[in-house]
Amino acid sequence: MSENVTYFFYDLFQYLVNGLAQGSIYALIALGYTMVYGIIKLINFAHGEFYMIGAFIGFYCLVSGMPLWMAFPAAMIGAGLVAVLVEKIVYRPIRHAGRIPALITALGTSLLFQYLGQGVIGADPKAFPSAIAEKTYMLGEVIITRTQIIIMVVTFALMVILYWLVNHTKTGKAMRATSFNMNAAELMGINTNKIISFTFFIGAALAGAAGVLVGMYYNTAEPMMGLIPGLKAFIAAVLGGIGIIPGAVIGGLVLGVAENLVVGFWISTYRDAIAFAILILILLIKPAGILGKNRKEKV
Amino acid sequence: MFKNSTGKLLAYLALPFLLATGCVKEKKTETQTTTTTKAAAAPPSDEIVIGAVFPMTGAIATYGQESVNGIKMALDKINAEGKLTKKIRLIVEDNKGEPVDSSNAVRKLINIDNVHAIIGSVASSNTLAGAPIAQENQVPMMTPASTNEKVTETGDFISRTCFTDNFQGVVMAKFAKETLGKSKAIIIVDNSSDYSKGLAKVFSEEFKNMGGELLGNINEYTYTQKDTDFRSLLQKVKRTNPDVIFLPGYYTEVGLMLKQARQLGINVPFLGGDGWDSPKLQELAGPEAIKGNYISSHFSADDKDPQVQKFVQEYETNFKQKPGAMAALGYDGMLVMADALSRAGELSRENIKKAITATANFTGITGNITIDANRNAKKSAVVLETTPTGMVFKQKVNP
Amino acid sequence: MDYLAHLTLNTGIFIILAVSLNLINGICGQFSLGHAGFWAVGAYTGAAYGVFLAPEALPDFINLFISCGIGFVVAALSGLLIGVPCLRLRGDYLAIATLGFGEIIRILIMNMDVVGGPRGFTNIPNWSNLFWVYFWVVITIVFCANLLRGTHGRAIISIREDEIAADSMGIYTFKYKTLAFVIGAGFAGLAGSLFAHAQQFLHPNGFTFMWSVIILLMIILGGLGSITGAIVGAVILTILPEMLRFMGETVSQWRMVIYSILLICLMLWRPSGIFGKHEFNILKFFKKDEEATS
Repeated sequence: MSENVTYFFYDLFQYLVNGLAQGSIYALIALGYTMVYGIIKLINFAHGEFYMIGAFIGFYCLVSGMPLWMAFPAAMIGAGLVAVLVEKIVYRPIRHAGRIPALITALGTSLLFQYLGQGVIGADPKAFPSAIAEKTYMLGEVIITRTQIIIMVVTFALMVILYWLVNHTKTGKAMRATSFNMNAAELMGINTNKIISFTFFIGAALAGAAGVLVGMYYNTAEPMMGLIPGLKAFIAAVLGGIGIIPGAVIGGLVLGVAENLVVGFWISTYRDAIAFAILILILLIKPAGILGKNRKEKV
Repeated sequence: MFKNSTGKLLAYLALPFLLATGCVKEKKTETQTTTTTKAAAAPPSDEIVIGAVFPMTGAIATYGQESVNGIKMALDKINAEGKLTKKIRLIVEDNKGEPVDSSNAVRKLINIDNVHAIIGSVASSNTLAGAPIAQENQVPMMTPASTNEKVTETGDFISRTCFTDNFQGVVMAKFAKETLGKSKAIIIVDNSSDYSKGLAKVFSEEFKNMGGELLGNINEYTYTQKDTDFRSLLQKVKRTNPDVIFLPGYYTEVGLMLKQARQLGINVPFLGGDGWDSPKLQELAGPEAIKGNYISSHFSADDKDPQVQKFVQEYETNFKQKPGAMAALGYDGMLVMADALSRAGELSRENIKKAITATANFTGITGNITIDANRNAKKSAVVLETTPTGMVFKQKVNP
Repeated sequence: MDYLAHLTLNTGIFIILAVSLNLINGICGQFSLGHAGFWAVGAYTGAAYGVFLAPEALPDFINLFISCGIGFVVAALSGLLIGVPCLRLRGDYLAIATLGFGEIIRILIMNMDVVGGPRGFTNIPNWSNLFWVYFWVVITIVFCANLLRGTHGRAIISIREDEIAADSMGIYTFKYKTLAFVIGAGFAGLAGSLFAHAQQFLHPNGFTFMWSVIILLMIILGGLGSITGAIVGAVILTILPEMLRFMGETVSQWRMVIYSILLICLMLWRPSGIFGKHEFNILKFFKKDEEATS
């Protein structure tokens, strides 16, 4: 009996570790979602594709023999630049047409990248080169891999940097001002277009980082890889309270852990169903998300 | 003039009825054609048109692309040999790996392109979506790679040139129990694929019949296509302490799962089916995790048979990669089709169907193909061992 | 059945789907991304009736009628079940919640062995034909158009225009939101039933969230809030991908890329959709004053 109890706790901790690693990935993608939404109220469905693009830039850099410390920033910058370009060409002209056309454009962009990826790169999954030697550490019977540690550390570091950037720098202040009231910010001499471009850059760079991390973690990259994590990250962002930076991280971690607990202690079949059920439940209890403040709408 | 509201109401009413009257007319012409003959218009007589429905884009696009590569190679061979008096024209339609697109593509091939016969598809769910339409229009449809039992049960115009899941499951259960001498098995099922569920069922029945023990409930250890993280599932599997794991899935998920399993310290052999058979599996799993697992499949690229070696060499020069099972199956499928066409005499669809079902002892690169009374191919399977350099031939199992 | 006839038939089914989603999204202003879920509910219940329950003695069209009725009622009930908790949410939150329910429905179907699960639901009788599909198309359009003209319809529109103002005018907004949601879900179920009997084969992966998005694209392409727009959008987006099949192998290969580029361009040039909020009205030519309608 006591052996069963020990096993139960070992398993529980194993699921927690797996969940935190997976949740960190969701969190990184969710950060970009939340930032873009916070500033222009756009659900950027193409965000998952920036993650895919980041993964592929990382993939080609590593395949061509670049070391990881160069490939990683290259993927972040590359994904960021693509996002800035997309924002300039596609989202900016449509920004003032209202939220729905912007949403559809985002969906169109997402489809475009997915199918373009399939046409150019091919639909089959590519084996991601193992950039670092994989090593496993044992804590009792709980196994933690080096990549898992890297993922968690990088996510945490990037979140702290982002938090500092938004709350303690001049650019961050401008971002917050733009998010609060774009017209007023413009009147105060803030170049809102530049700020929005910058937000897209940062968000996509984080997604690109997540792409490379995922490539290292699962050893695979393919053009449709952005679809499901993109959706999950969006859920994570809403779960934590969309527009709130720590909220996105908490949402991502909650989602990752919940999914792994469902798989571990129940049946993986219902994993996604449970993820959605948790989301709906939280929204019903706290409609603005875990960290969101309920603001009464005014006429 | 009308009052504002009355006018609008009338306008609303008028538009749909205009639409509806147009459609009633269409409906009439349609019933006329269906009463005279259920079958589609006769195919052209100056050339042979073969339709191919494969996933050229989407999640399982590699299967489709490989199959079509094989088919095109076979086609070159057929047209060069000139055994057929007429030229074969191949029309490839993409079904994106989706059931709805499969049925649309089959409809298009029959009604617009007037094909003599159809080859396709890979995933059983896609073939099952297209098959009723081919059957209804009485167009022969032959799948080179769909192993699900249900496919050929659709009707007498549907046939296949590969073995079925029942056979494959039995082969692997025997291999696990008798060749490897394992007795405690656990099955991990891809819950979104009927192929996987079917194989799991056959394997579990056969394994238990032979006196093996099956750990855990078959419905409990499952995953879904496009999943990438299996660590928690594998942790659960590890707890049951099996000495062999049967994993009937597709290579995209299997590759990742093998790698994660080895990281978690699961060192017992994994067994799988033909869904593993892709050169990609080695890359995805990595050289460490791939070692020491076994699969059943249709053909082996290192078979010493000269016909097979010739195919492998030609394929490598044409497409710069090693052929997987799908390429070989597509190649054989097209050759069986051409063989049937040469025996059919006058090329009516009825004759082609009869010629396909009469195929006996056709020597293909995936074995000797004989199509039985249920329009399934009777042929041998091979058991392969997965190694870092590729699949290595282990044994051949005859039906 | 003929390829073109089948395409026309599918177009009809998508018109019903688009018009019903338009009722929820365009007219009531409630952003739903779960329409494919209701479509699936209708399709599977309608098909289940056809496969397990339908008495052979009845003529096909009566069976189809019953099947459509069942599809409508069950989908409407599931709409009620989902709508009551979800419609308390607003905007993007509602969108993600409905999306979630749509996926939950699909996952549940995937795990129901009675209706085939991942194998797909086979042997569904072929009852749908052009006449009955377009009969239901007409019913759907007339019903929605007429609904808008009455008290209930005006109340529904007022929610889209300004929910708080509507509330303060004494309109029980929650009731009308639910009403629009339930009716929309019901018609989606009806379309599902017609679809099942036309396709004769159903697979859970045919009802993914992508399909909710495609139906949404239809109504936005045509002009959110316009019934005529929904119809035109449905026609274009059903026929366009099939048309691209005929333009040679290269176009066919890149057809999904072309499709998404066209979509983006359309949004850039005409973000309010083809019709905006206007309706195409044959009698407009006889009238001088342009009315501001939904």
